Amino acid sequence: MSSIGSKGALAGLAAFAAAIVLAPFLLPDYYQSVLIVAGFFAILSMGLNLLLGYAGQISLGHAAFYGLSAYASGILTATYHWPVPAGVAAGVLLSGVTAALIGIPTLKLKGHYLAMGTLGFGVIVYIVLNEAVGLTAGPSGFTGIPRLSAFGRTFTSDREYYFIVWGIAFLLFVLAQNLVHSRMGRALRAIHTSESAASVLGIDVPRYKAFVFVLSAVYAGIAGALYAHFVTFVSPGSFSFNASVQIVTMVVLGGMASLWGALAGAVFLTVLPEWLRAIENYDILIYGAILILTMRFLPGGLAEGACRLLSRVRRLFRGKKADAAVLPDAGREDA
Amino acid sequence: MPFSSLLQFFVSGVTVGATYGLTALGFTMIYNTTGIINFAQGEFVMLGGMLAVFSMTWGGLPLPAAVPLAVLLVTAIGVAVDRLTIRPMRGRPPVTLVIVTIGISILLRGGAMLVFGKDTHSLPPFSEGAAIPIAGASLLPQTLWVVGITIAVVAAMKMFFDRTITGKAMLACACDRRAASLMGINVDVMVTLSFAFSALVGALGGVILAPITLTAYDVGVLLGIKGFAACILGGLGNPFGAVAGGLIIGVLESMGAGILSSGYKDAIAFVILLALLFLRPSGLFGKASADRV
Repeated sequence: MSSIGSKGALAGLAAFAAAIVLAPFLLPDYYQSVLIVAGFFAILSMGLNLLLGYAGQISLGHAAFYGLSAYASGILTATYHWPVPAGVAAGVLLSGVTAALIGIPTLKLKGHYLAMGTLGFGVIVYIVLNEAVGLTAGPSGFTGIPRLSAFGRTFTSDREYYFIVWGIAFLLFVLAQNLVHSRMGRALRAIHTSESAASVLGIDVPRYKAFVFVLSAVYAGIAGALYAHFVTFVSPGSFSFNASVQIVTMVVLGGMASLWGALAGAVFLTVLPEWLRAIENYDILIYGAILILTMRFLPGGLAEGACRLLSRVRRLFRGKKADAAVLPDAGREDA
Repeated sequence: MPFSSLLQFFVSGVTVGATYGLTALGFTMIYNTTGIINFAQGEFVMLGGMLAVFSMTWGGLPLPAAVPLAVLLVTAIGVAVDRLTIRPMRGRPPVTLVIVTIGISILLRGGAMLVFGKDTHSLPPFSEGAAIPIAGASLLPQTLWVVGITIAVVAAMKMFFDRTITGKAMLACACDRRAASLMGINVDVMVTLSFAFSALVGALGGVILAPITLTAYDVGVLLGIKGFAACILGGLGNPFGAVAGGLIIGVLESMGAGILSSGYKDAIAFVILLALLFLRPSGLFGKASADRV
């Protein structure tokens, strides 16, 4: 893997930035709103990937952090007339603090226990969003959330939202990439491989796990607040267990332990239903099938698949050169 | 709060709790032979109830035939789940297997939605008869069925593990898979058997509860996590603890719904679960275990 600051990584970032800038000009207008939604999921799955892919800790309640922030920012700005940036900050903070409160005890748990603990937490938040009708307006949803604004300017067009969401996604990507290539990232991977071995090596396992859990919740919180102020309406259904599974599916399909994979998984699974309108009722079924099939046949997800394909193509080219120079018959093994 | 109301909450808590207990029993069986938590366990319970309903309405079967048929079908599904998905992925890390069983649960739930639709259904009670009054509370005849069948299942399991060679072989796999296989036990068969059993008890739980609460394609998620909460409460891996945990959660939930608020009823099990995970992950009746490296 190329380290941050290397030529490969910088070229990757440049390509990512170029793709963000060019996409709205190359794609039909309709895709802009689809891509905005993909941006929320990209932020969510990058955050979850730090936790699930790098540190190997599964969270089945990530939609709860997404929802807490969305509701908090929405309620504070709409009901209590806070300025939007303050609402967003409060929402993100709430997600982070809740994650710390939940995470510090929960992350003592491993594997299945952690999965169930986070799942239980997610369900509790979902129930509260439904039941605390006075605050959240209950199952019918909370309306009237103002659009994003900053410096006395309110952002209304989809194009502005697109650049805000993907600009933030880009920054968060750079941050995450720096993190995974740092000492911290190596520690997280060590925890993934074996917690006992990592702690023997002097890694403060609970502290690292709690930190990455809070960080991934902050990512979810950022996505949630942006979502609330883009859609201007939130309802509990968007933050249910199914939503948590959807985020996990994006990470798994993209490839655990690959930030590019998380991006690819998020964009692919957001755009896919747009292409396949007919699958509307079957989409959840498709998530299930994707989870099983990816784990079975491509445990590294799309990222691993792409790497394999790339190295195969490279070998093919190298083989061709060798053909021309020395052996006319070589390259057959690559076919 | 008058005593009769408390008694009523207790009775309905025990009824639902028995199903949580049977779900928990299913978790325990698979956990004991494979170390996997099967996130599709709740779907086995859902399928039990739904298949019984549809054997009656579509198949025109009488109840006494529909119930065993549903349980058998779900058992077959349990075997298929093991053969098609779990066995080929033997030895993968727990996170992978968690994700795979989530995938299975989604597929089963989605499949049920497509085949049976999104409506809620109920099953007729197993026997005719009016509610039996006791001390101001009323006891549905179905409650007796639920409690009776749960006791019968637990007793049958006890007999199976204590008296039969297959049962002992399964326990051996639970203790140490490699040693069991060295002793000539076919671990693959035992794992498949544990999936069959857990599907069977899960489906039984779904069938006996369906006449009391309604059933639908999506009831499995909640039943599954409550069953898991019961498991943790009783100490993961301990079958009797699992059933006891189910009853405790059922009763607490019913009391909570009656005394506090019915809207938050479903949150009660999770609050218990989280509190327990934080304070005593080994459960009420379990012992702490060390990790092998």
